[in-house]
Amino acid sequence: MTASILPGETSSALLVNALSDDVQSVFPELERLLPLVSKPVQYVGGELNAVIKPWNDVAVHWALMYPDAYEVGVPNQGVQILYEVLNEREDVLAERTYAVWPDLEKLMREAGVPQFTVDGHRPLGAFDLFGLSFATELGYTNMLTALDLAGIPLHAADRDERHPLVIAGGHAAFNPEPIADFIDAAVLGDGEQAVLLISNVTRDWKAEGRPGGREELLLRLARTGSVYIPSFYDVEYLPDGRIRRVAPNKPGVPWRVSKHTLMDLDEWPYPKAPLVPLAESVHERMSVEIFRGCTRGCRFCQAGMITRPVRERSAETVAKMVDAGLEKTGYEEVGLLSLSSADHSEIGLIAKGLADRYEGTETGLSLPSTRVDAFNIDLANELTRNGRRSGLTFAPEGGSERMRRVINKMVTEEDLIRTVATAYGNGWRQVKLYFMCGLPTETDEDVLQIAEVARRVIETGRKASGRKDIRCTVSIGGFIPKPHTPFQWASQLDHESTDARLRKLRDAIRNDREYGKSIGFRYHDGKPGVVEGLLSRGDRRVGAIIERVWSAGARFDGWSEHFNFEAWMLAAEGALEGHVVDVDWYTLREREYTEVLPWDHLDSGLDKDWLWEDWQDAVEEVAVEDCRWTPCFDCGVCGQMDTEIQVGPTGATLLGMPALPSRGGDLVAETSS
Amino acid sequence: MSPRQAPVRDVAPTVQRLRLRYAKRGRLRFSSHRDFQRAFERALRRAGVPMAYSQGFNPHPRVSYANSAPTGTASEAEYVEIAVTAMLDPEKVRLALDTALPPGLDVIEVVSSKTSDFIERLEASVWELELPGVSVKTARSAAEALMAAEEVMVERLTKNGIRTFDARGPVVAVEVPLPATPADPGGDSPEGGIHSPEEMADCAIMRLVVRHVTPSVRPDDVLVALRHVANLVPPVPVRVTRLAQGPLVADVSGQTVLNAVTDPFAADRG
Repeated sequence: MTASILPGETSSALLVNALSDDVQSVFPELERLLPLVSKPVQYVGGELNAVIKPWNDVAVHWALMYPDAYEVGVPNQGVQILYEVLNEREDVLAERTYAVWPDLEKLMREAGVPQFTVDGHRPLGAFDLFGLSFATELGYTNMLTALDLAGIPLHAADRDERHPLVIAGGHAAFNPEPIADFIDAAVLGDGEQAVLLISNVTRDWKAEGRPGGREELLLRLARTGSVYIPSFYDVEYLPDGRIRRVAPNKPGVPWRVSKHTLMDLDEWPYPKAPLVPLAESVHERMSVEIFRGCTRGCRFCQAGMITRPVRERSAETVAKMVDAGLEKTGYEEVGLLSLSSADHSEIGLIAKGLADRYEGTETGLSLPSTRVDAFNIDLANELTRNGRRSGLTFAPEGGSERMRRVINKMVTEEDLIRTVATAYGNGWRQVKLYFMCGLPTETDEDVLQIAEVARRVIETGRKASGRKDIRCTVSIGGFIPKPHTPFQWASQLDHESTDARLRKLRDAIRNDREYGKSIGFRYHDGKPGVVEGLLSRGDRRVGAIIERVWSAGARFDGWSEHFNFEAWMLAAEGALEGHVVDVDWYTLREREYTEVLPWDHLDSGLDKDWLWEDWQDAVEEVAVEDCRWTPCFDCGVCGQMDTEIQVGPTGATLLGMPALPSRGGDLVAETSS
Repeated sequence: MSPRQAPVRDVAPTVQRLRLRYAKRGRLRFSSHRDFQRAFERALRRAGVPMAYSQGFNPHPRVSYANSAPTGTASEAEYVEIAVTAMLDPEKVRLALDTALPPGLDVIEVVSSKTSDFIERLEASVWELELPGVSVKTARSAAEALMAAEEVMVERLTKNGIRTFDARGPVVAVEVPLPATPADPGGDSPEGGIHSPEEMADCAIMRLVVRHVTPSVRPDDVLVALRHVANLVPPVPVRVTRLAQGPLVADVSGQTVLNAVTDPFAADRG
């Protein structure tokens, strides 16, 4: 049905996609450069379960990018899911592209090799749609490199029908205003259905001969109400620099754009065939998402706020996905992913069921994020029964009880001590604790309390294990206020104060004669947090900073060896010259209730008044419960988005799973030999 | 609590050892040895090969890797040995592993091990260098200059810092055939060459027989040596393929390069 689309295109469309008639691989040109760069295998593709389709067999061509190095990007679940969902469609193909390191970038510029996909090594500029998944704002400069290497104009306003639509997704897309100049569209929330919607709209528009050109396509997407087109909104500012209002500038464009929420994860068991790269990646395991969303209500946590409500995948589907995935990948470890994996209503059944099933196969299970209060030793023992026993990580986030009430991370010090005592008593030797510094209302005393907690952990652990060689590592991250959270109005702590506070904590740990040697301390300086804060809560004026710092050479800002704070500050100074705002205005300034925030026209479902009340509760150190187990607190999401909490238990068992094939049965030699 | 002890497991004993020859072809030549190790161990799991595992905290499948070709170098003759817990049909294992590995990592032959000292049998390698932009004449005179030299010292950065060693001594033989006689790579033909016909017209092929010594002398080192003795500097990166590894014949003189190294599986085929 769709095969006739390409021949039916108008002559201008043929001109547009002069390339797409027969898009050639750029691999021969790239291949000459590869002997000259480090880790060339990351650019050759060839992952197990990768898909390459003939270009002319489909109507819509997607390039998907995780804008970081291949080793970080290739395991990303979001990209893998969309890649598979799109490639399952007969009229669509999707290929992947990643940020190239500066050594290859330089050679590509010299040799005129464009940004390419790792699947078909097709030039990025030939695709219809270029989707980027931004897990963090620190990938923005890498997007500009990719656009530039692809020959796509950096500014959306300068693009025409020859160029792909540039579409941002991922958590950072909940405030895409800092990159509004560079993207054509943004999608908020779960991407599975959104990419299919966009594919259909694009396919139909192409089939009709691209009426109205690029603008018409964008209008059609905007009118769905669930794709945000920044150029269709005007931002007006007040004399003091705050936003006066954000308003649509085209008829039919909605005032607010909603996030997407996928209901019934059992119907979307992706990825079914996870990608297995040849190159080493940051996650050498297979991942299965066991639920999406989290309603624990930690006030700093953007992921927990924007992914509501909780939607569990059933134990049965999880087991089937693990089974199929292991068979297709050969991985020896399975991570059960979610924002707080021990909170799944059937986690015990899942862990025991899988441990039983893979007994004797050297297959390990892991729960990447576990709350102290949801941890129990039976669960931990099941997880390590068939594989290696790695360290345990817990995230109390705040050092003092007071701080944990402010952030609504309601785990008590007693919970933590009891949990680590059990862990050390059962043979674990290493516990990692994660905290944040720079939280609202925080004082030096709150942070110094982290040293106290660590001392108690070691003291308890030595008693529980009867040994002195147990260890605890304290890892600290700087707090960054994020959009769509109760802390979106908060002041971010300046980097000098962050560093000073962490020095005091470090000294307190180091100077402890009895326990200090058993406590590791890991932290980063506060400067990258300033840039992340600027990009998180920035508005459209921040785009000029990004472009300027990129022109000055900024790349891979998430990597400390590449990040250049001074370059960012210099770029900000230049780009904001003549404006009444500066970096401090974006980061350190506490906002008021009435201020129009840059992302107010983007609807995460959270009621702004609810967020404000929760912010007030935070300052007053009042905690709230989890709506999974207590009555609704009216955050607004379910009503606004017409969604509901989906949790078990389903009462299912894993007994119905077919038996694992015995190993080597097909390979045995005939007995005659 | 008792001292830290590795759990004692029921590990099935090794019943058979299998030796594999595999190729690293086309774009997969950019994979490193570690990349291959990961891919191979996953392929063993996907293929359902009943591997013998080591004891200890982190049991790992028993796999021995022989001297692997450097990253960026293609190969038709890489070797690996595995220990399994059942008597398996080598050809079925070959097919299952070849299917489980990505195209470009191709299992060519599997034999049941009947001998020891396999690694010692890999005495030398035959390397083929494609030299785009270098004429046969230039390549031949460079090869003659190399063989005429007593020793050619080269430097390489190793794990233990910069080492200086002789890259000439281990080179047993060199030949630069006329373009009309391309080497038979054996097995499936590798991915098409990267060089256009115009380049091939001026693309000498150089084949080397290099004895395995410590520190190993790699094709890169020989290229450095060729630069030293004959100022040979190929204008674009050289494409290198290992064609064979195995026992070195007693008298190389009078042999073609391809016959200088024999089949290391000969003793196992018996």
